[in-house]
Amino acid sequence: MADTGMLNAAAAVTQPLRGTLAAGPRGPKPKNKFSRSNIIIYGTLFVVALYYALPLYVMIVTSLKGLPEIRMGNIFAPPLEVTFQPWVKAWQEACTGINCDGLSRGFWNSVRILIPSVILSVAIASVNGYALSMWKFKGSEVFFTILMIGAFIPYQVMLYPIVILLREAGLYGSLTGLVLVHVAFGMPINTLLFRNYFASIPEELFKAARVDGAGFWAIFFKIILPMSLPICVVALIIQVTGIWNDFLFGVTYISSPDRYPMTVQLNNIVNSVQGVKEYNVNMAATLLTGLVPLVIYFASGKLFVRGIAAGAVKG
Amino acid sequence: MSGVTLKNTIKKYGDIQVVHGIDLEVEHGEFCVFVGPSGCGKSTLLRMIAGLEETTAGQINIGARDVTRLDPSDRGVAMVFQTYALYPHMTVQDNMGFGLKMNGHPKAEIAAKVAEASRILKLDEYLSRKPAALSGGQRQRVSIGRAIVRGPEVFLFDEPLSNLDAELRVEMRVEIARLHKEIGATMIYVTHDQVEAMTLADKIVVLRKGVIEQVGAPMDLYRDPDNKFVAGFIGSPAMNFMAGEIANGTVAVPGMKAHFDLGVTSHSGPVTVGMRAEHLVVDADGDTHTVDLTESLGGVSYVYLLGDTGERIVIEERGDQRSRLGDRVGITIDANRVYLFDAKTEARIRT
Repeated sequence: MADTGMLNAAAAVTQPLRGTLAAGPRGPKPKNKFSRSNIIIYGTLFVVALYYALPLYVMIVTSLKGLPEIRMGNIFAPPLEVTFQPWVKAWQEACTGINCDGLSRGFWNSVRILIPSVILSVAIASVNGYALSMWKFKGSEVFFTILMIGAFIPYQVMLYPIVILLREAGLYGSLTGLVLVHVAFGMPINTLLFRNYFASIPEELFKAARVDGAGFWAIFFKIILPMSLPICVVALIIQVTGIWNDFLFGVTYISSPDRYPMTVQLNNIVNSVQGVKEYNVNMAATLLTGLVPLVIYFASGKLFVRGIAAGAVKG
Repeated sequence: MSGVTLKNTIKKYGDIQVVHGIDLEVEHGEFCVFVGPSGCGKSTLLRMIAGLEETTAGQINIGARDVTRLDPSDRGVAMVFQTYALYPHMTVQDNMGFGLKMNGHPKAEIAAKVAEASRILKLDEYLSRKPAALSGGQRQRVSIGRAIVRGPEVFLFDEPLSNLDAELRVEMRVEIARLHKEIGATMIYVTHDQVEAMTLADKIVVLRKGVIEQVGAPMDLYRDPDNKFVAGFIGSPAMNFMAGEIANGTVAVPGMKAHFDLGVTSHSGPVTVGMRAEHLVVDADGDTHTVDLTESLGGVSYVYLLGDTGERIVIEERGDQRSRLGDRVGITIDANRVYLFDAKTEARIRT
């Protein structure tokens, strides 16, 4: 029976018409599950997965061990005696310079930077994108191009000029200044994101709303935003991870260790040269710092709602 | 009173002019259809009336008001789009009430008007559904309902039936005609389908390349077209055209081996001769054409003829005797049914 497909395929080559008319089964023979190619594919995937998962495993395991156990050197071995002491210490006792109140201070600093930055940048970028895609004005394309060029200028070039700008504005070293920097740097990519998404919304919807008497803000809040949940979630993820993981701006524009964001503080804890290297505390601190982006990834997956625009126009 | 008056309206995109100084008067309560091939500017003109496209020059009046520079929502118009343009996240009810809500009408009034519109359009059982859960015809009805609820002076339809299948299109066409009778408001309707234009319109405006070719009642355009374009565009199947020559008031048509003594004194030289399919008669004794194809629709047949001069002709046949494929035939016509057009300017030569 398996030969029928082969025969038809051969016939299709020599006699295309008859090949398509023949009603027999066609296409390649189904492969069995343990074929050589399957073993290679899944084998490769397994190795790659292991490659990425192993460091995480080592970190988790190490963070749950006591120092004596770590000194035994079996980094892959599960902990003989599980202890959460390193986590507690990383959170509230680890020292950076003269402060010994752990990562908690950095965490709350980061939260205070993150929340206003994300809200401001998503809010402004969405209005930008809306105006640039639906209310085109003279020079809107030029404006957009300038904004896009901003995305390609290396951060290093702008570091010092921004220091001067912030100093002149009296914001250097403050959390407010850092928030403004994050909002500005998030603008090009997020505006692009929103503009392109809004451009895919049928123009007639916008026109119908205008005939219905809705103005700039009414159309934005009542028509456009309710249809834009997926892109808002994407922008949210990009901004939260980007701002939370930022190190460069945090270390440049914050002048006092009291106000350092979590990433900078983590670096200071891990790279501290005094005393014993507490690997377990370092691992716990690193995991704690990475927790927020991780939670965002896992939680927001469900928010990607598709097909919201289905049924708006013909179909 | 809420007629629509266009005075020398012009639309330019940059340097390209697409609507060339249109003058038009649509009376109060009239059903006016803009028709023409794609790219003729009919949709642009409609959007200019709606206020969705800026008018480059000229004036647009609705009733006695000059609305040329007004916002769409201040013009007292409602628009129905080809793609329905329903708000996907709102229920049918909210979709229809959105316009009134935006203009700050009280809730009770909105509910009453939505209920009234849904009664007219038989949408009662769908009021709490979202557009995604409706069929194409239902969506277009909601879209029309949204227009009705606003109680506009002028309804604007932008090819509202183009996305529906043939059967539904006929049904909705009847429904729109009924709606016009029931509401009695001024309606302007854009379509490229001359059947829709013929069946719905009180007044047809034939457009080509941003210029009005002719304005008139459907049957007037059909019986008395001003030029070859209108003659060819209005009517299905399209009018047949053959080359002819006027000499001494008599029109010679070589393709038919015929002469028509029409007493044309104003013209001489080459002309285009137009003849409608239903006016032509197959002459079994003639020998100028070969039957190339026949389409039998039952009551009528369309006979496609290929002339010896290479000109193609469509004739409508009724009755029991029908032509068959490959027959050699001739064609005749009552001389009063012949239309003449200037071969160069394509303008009608009236006799």
